[in-house]
Amino acid sequence: MIWLRYNAKEGIAAIALAVLFAGYIAIHPRGFSTYVITIWSNQGALLGLAAIAQFFVVLVKGIDLSVGSIIALTNVAASFLLNGSPASIAFGILAVLAVGLACGLVNGIAVVYGRVQPIVTTLATGGIFGGIALLLRPTPGGSIDATMSDALTYAVAGIPVSAIILVIVLVVLRILLRRTASGPALYAVGSSEQSAYMTGLRVNRLKLIAYGSSGFIAALAGIYVSMVTLTGDPNIAPSYTLNSIAAVVLGGVALSGGVGSPIGAVIGALILKTISSLMFFSGLPPLAQPFFEGLILAIAIALGALGVFRVHSRLELYR
Amino acid sequence: MTGLTARSVSTRKPPRRLSRDRLSVLLIAVGCVVLLLGGSILYPGFLKPGYILQQLQIASFLGIIATGAMLVILLGEIDLSVPWTITGTAIVVISASGSSNPVIASLAIPLGLCLGVAVGLLNAIGVAVFRVPAMVWTLAVNAMLLGAAVFYTGNSRPNGEVPWLATQVAIGRTFGIPNAFLVWLGVAVITVWVLKRTVYGNYLYALGNSRRAVFLAGAPVRLVIVATFVLAGMFSSFGAILLLGYTNQAYQGMGDPYLMPVISAVVIGGTSIQGGRGNYIGTFAGAIFITLLSSILSVMQMPAAARAVIFGAIILVMLLVHSLTGENEDTA
Repeated sequence: MIWLRYNAKEGIAAIALAVLFAGYIAIHPRGFSTYVITIWSNQGALLGLAAIAQFFVVLVKGIDLSVGSIIALTNVAASFLLNGSPASIAFGILAVLAVGLACGLVNGIAVVYGRVQPIVTTLATGGIFGGIALLLRPTPGGSIDATMSDALTYAVAGIPVSAIILVIVLVVLRILLRRTASGPALYAVGSSEQSAYMTGLRVNRLKLIAYGSSGFIAALAGIYVSMVTLTGDPNIAPSYTLNSIAAVVLGGVALSGGVGSPIGAVIGALILKTISSLMFFSGLPPLAQPFFEGLILAIAIALGALGVFRVHSRLELYR
Repeated sequence: MTGLTARSVSTRKPPRRLSRDRLSVLLIAVGCVVLLLGGSILYPGFLKPGYILQQLQIASFLGIIATGAMLVILLGEIDLSVPWTITGTAIVVISASGSSNPVIASLAIPLGLCLGVAVGLLNAIGVAVFRVPAMVWTLAVNAMLLGAAVFYTGNSRPNGEVPWLATQVAIGRTFGIPNAFLVWLGVAVITVWVLKRTVYGNYLYALGNSRRAVFLAGAPVRLVIVATFVLAGMFSSFGAILLLGYTNQAYQGMGDPYLMPVISAVVIGGTSIQGGRGNYIGTFAGAIFITLLSSILSVMQMPAAARAVIFGAIILVMLLVHSLTGENEDTA
């Protein structure tokens, strides 16, 4: 019961996801099959990784409007680097991850040492990263190693590889966030920077870790985008940025910092993906779908906020 | 001013009381002059009054929209529904004005402003009643507006007529000065007065600093929040109507390129993104700076991608200069 109370938001989000997913399977013309699950899981993994990237920044009370641009930039970089011999692919993956890490650290340095607010920093750097991606590849294109793509986007024994990757990432992050000193320290910085500083935590370094991790995970997302689409596309940035923010909020990550988990972020991302897939098969006229997608998103977010009607004193509402 | 909330961890320097607002206005004015001089080295036409007046005309659209954004940012919130409020207003106005019913046609502009008010109310309900973070809620509202616009127009370019008044205000000139700029000056004077001299203005700054203190002082917190979002929606629609008069057409996504410049104009003008601090002169200069910058970059025939990089880099540099020369208080 205690576990439930501490994870109530993730729990509610997970139930919502289960309901939506059941609806999706019921409505899908091909029903429950490996094919359907694999497509769903691949799409979900893309946004899920983007949401984890967003989670790290939100955890330390920031917001990252450049997540989409980092994904676009690393996706474009991958479209140049991920082909050829196994050795050159391995080198390419490292290079792409380094690009993502560097982007995240640029954000972190501007926020920590430049003392610029995260939202405006990442607004500006998002323009820069997106612009570089567009300079490198003005139109979608490039080549990705097809064998590797097949290996990472199909299913093994009925389980989509993307789901396995996502679970591995989540388990690793869970261990890092719970079993290392830096993990809980990140939560501490997010919930009260001042207290964290007084306790002797190295706030600046921890924030850099958070931004760096965010860039690194965004690079994973960028690589996976190139696995799924087999191209480098500089124009994918906006949808990932916006959806990643919506996803973390749906998954119970507090924008005020210090609350939430990568699992919640991924659940939020899967909810969003399931809603848009549901729309696709719902029989609604295609032109009406974007509206209902927005409406459901708004309702979901408002429902998540219903807790405000249970407060004892209105003073609690104002911080 | 943010001393009450003690946000900062490290305030090593003693706070300097050289007005931070004035510093940022000075900074950005210098930026504008540098841009003009730099531009005139490349193209001599840059210092001619004709070019400058034209830039002021274009800056007016951005500036009027940024006025609304600034009010919301002063409150400590943010409005990301600006792009599709602009597009939605343009679509409503152009199709109402082209209507065969003369009553509807004559009401086109008020209808457009009503849309802005409605969007503002919707934003305010989410933020003030449901207490959803504004960043997420206005994003969802933006998505709904997009959906409604796509549904209404059938994803094609809306047909209709641009109201005569909108065209006159947007393109016309009085004594050689663009009407749009005169309107913006009017908006600016009223905004400065409202911010400095009215109770609403005082509440706005106070709420941006400490919502809790203002609530305890018995101020109508929710009313101020609602009013601010409604005003912001109205300014977005107002700017959109002028923009419609200028471009003489409405199209899907016409508001999309405005979100980043609007927020940039407000923020490089010295308004703190956390709210509670900033003045309108900064936003005014910020809108002109952003307009000059994008004009010069496009005159230099940079590819769009390089423009985005330079644009982002300059804004980042301005922000860095700002925060490193200003007081250290509002680092979070």
